[in-house]
Amino acid sequence: MARYLLTRAWQSALTLLLSTIVVFFGVRALPGDPALALAGEDRSPEALEAIRRHYGLDQPLPLQFAQYVERMAQGDFGVSIRTGTPVSSMLTTALPVTVELSVLAILIATALGVGAGVLAAVRRGRPAEWLANALALIGLSVPHFWLGLLAILYLSVATGLFPASGFVPFLEDPVDNLHHIVLPAVILGTGLAAIIMRQTRSAMLDSLSSDYVRTAKAKGLRPRAVITQHALRNSLIVVVTVVGLQLGGLISGAVVTEQIFGLPGFGKMTIDAVFQRDYPVIQAVVLLTATAYIVINFLVDLLYSVIDPRIRVTGDPA
Amino acid sequence: MTVLTVPMAETGSAGVTRRTRVLRRLRRNPLAVVSFVVLALAGAIALLSPWLAPYSVDQTDFAHTFAPPGTPGHVLGTDDLGRDVLSRIMLGARASLQVGLLAVATSLVIGVPLGLAAGYFRAWDALISRFTDLLLAFPFLIMAVGLAAIRGASLGNAAVAIGIAQIPGVIRVVRSDTLRLKSLDFVAAAVVDGASDLWVLTRHILPNATSVILVQATVAIPAAILGEAVLSFLGLGIQPPAPSLGTMLATAQQFAARAPWAAVLPGVVIMGLALAFNVFGDALRDALDPKGDRR
Repeated sequence: MARYLLTRAWQSALTLLLSTIVVFFGVRALPGDPALALAGEDRSPEALEAIRRHYGLDQPLPLQFAQYVERMAQGDFGVSIRTGTPVSSMLTTALPVTVELSVLAILIATALGVGAGVLAAVRRGRPAEWLANALALIGLSVPHFWLGLLAILYLSVATGLFPASGFVPFLEDPVDNLHHIVLPAVILGTGLAAIIMRQTRSAMLDSLSSDYVRTAKAKGLRPRAVITQHALRNSLIVVVTVVGLQLGGLISGAVVTEQIFGLPGFGKMTIDAVFQRDYPVIQAVVLLTATAYIVINFLVDLLYSVIDPRIRVTGDPA
Repeated sequence: MTVLTVPMAETGSAGVTRRTRVLRRLRRNPLAVVSFVVLALAGAIALLSPWLAPYSVDQTDFAHTFAPPGTPGHVLGTDDLGRDVLSRIMLGARASLQVGLLAVATSLVIGVPLGLAAGYFRAWDALISRFTDLLLAFPFLIMAVGLAAIRGASLGNAAVAIGIAQIPGVIRVVRSDTLRLKSLDFVAAAVVDGASDLWVLTRHILPNATSVILVQATVAIPAAILGEAVLSFLGLGIQPPAPSLGTMLATAQQFAARAPWAAVLPGVVIMGLALAFNVFGDALRDALDPKGDRR
């Protein structure tokens, strides 16, 4: 176990370092001079020089990188070149929006996906399976930003049932908060549900045809118990993997949904930062996304051994 | 005897019968036939769209903007600049298909060799795993935006960005199939026979991995089509005035109050294309499954 944790920690650190390097130098390879963008009207060489010195842009790149890593290690993500606000405070306002949206979406997706997947596997060859499969295929194929667009046009604007855009913090007004976020969460969640459903169904079909399920049936266990305690339990590995992967991708994958519904989250911050060449913000975004991905993957690995005690985590993943 | 027949079936010698079996299964599956016909039609329309489209895609008509569908002369209506929606949808679908194919080609060209190497050479596995981790951990949109900023936003660059994001999936699939094939007798036999690594990989493993690669490609195309729609919707993909279904939806969002119907059709076309590929991909996977009618 200790050896495994060590290997994983080292691999995670390496991935993080690599993403930091890629984004640090990648961002600086972008055309466009941030100093020029900052200068506005006053584009005299002296003004540009002052700006470069102020933001440390006149230093050699490796030195800038070393300073950057050092500051980051102290939790200092720097100051947005565009707005002058500390990146960390931008994150504290944007992250809760995205986290709430992602968690709600993944809850909806898991409930729908696992339910439909189990149903499809158990009711094999019946209309229920056919319907679940058809819905999953449509869910995989529909552009979700388009669904969001239609939902705004035909549910929000036409009927006024839901607000078309905007966000209210949960602590300010929980009811209004949910009212704003439920539609985007459902739209985002149904897309993920399709993938979860297909994986669940296929894993369930595998376990339903296995010997231990036959044994469980033979010893007279009720069908419901066979399905939930034997077949589903053994399919959970697959479900957890898919849900974990999606949660890891959601932190940046919710971008378009946030854009459509005007949610001031992480995705919107990302898009604005990239369009405005806001280096410190871009770097923080990448670092945070990578960290989320790595942490969630690690948790998924640990969950494996909880779900299935036969799986012992070792330093040598198969 | 069974031990012998398994490796035989994996080698090329039985390939002809296997191919006919797969084709027969596909022909018997009505969903496969329907989706194939839809894809063939869409492909034909896409190829011929420059000649089939009733109007030029950028022919504006400011006297007739926002004509609703069913207007004489403009079956599907006109957009904010009075351009014919049918013509723009045809050319937009063509662009979607181009991006889909180009993206998948990109991911295969890079992903297949890496997947083969990761599965075959133990020493490479860790290195390639770090590379896939990096790709997975790196936010797709930032990469797409970065590429668009460095090389300019265009159909080709959007396709390359989507293709790069799809590399990890290809590596995973090819790697695990390589691991499986490597442990089979016919590969061991070839190695004992003195075949070089390159020979074993290209002559024995790659041909037998084609079916998983094919299935991966069929499900990656619709994902790429959706990805293009997203990028173009955000203004990072195909640039106006070139028609793209994603940009059409972005325009529709701006003018939703005046022409709500404009938001419907491009989305339906994107969904139809992606659905046809997904249905066909499913059917293909079932037909290629050696376990036959299990699913």
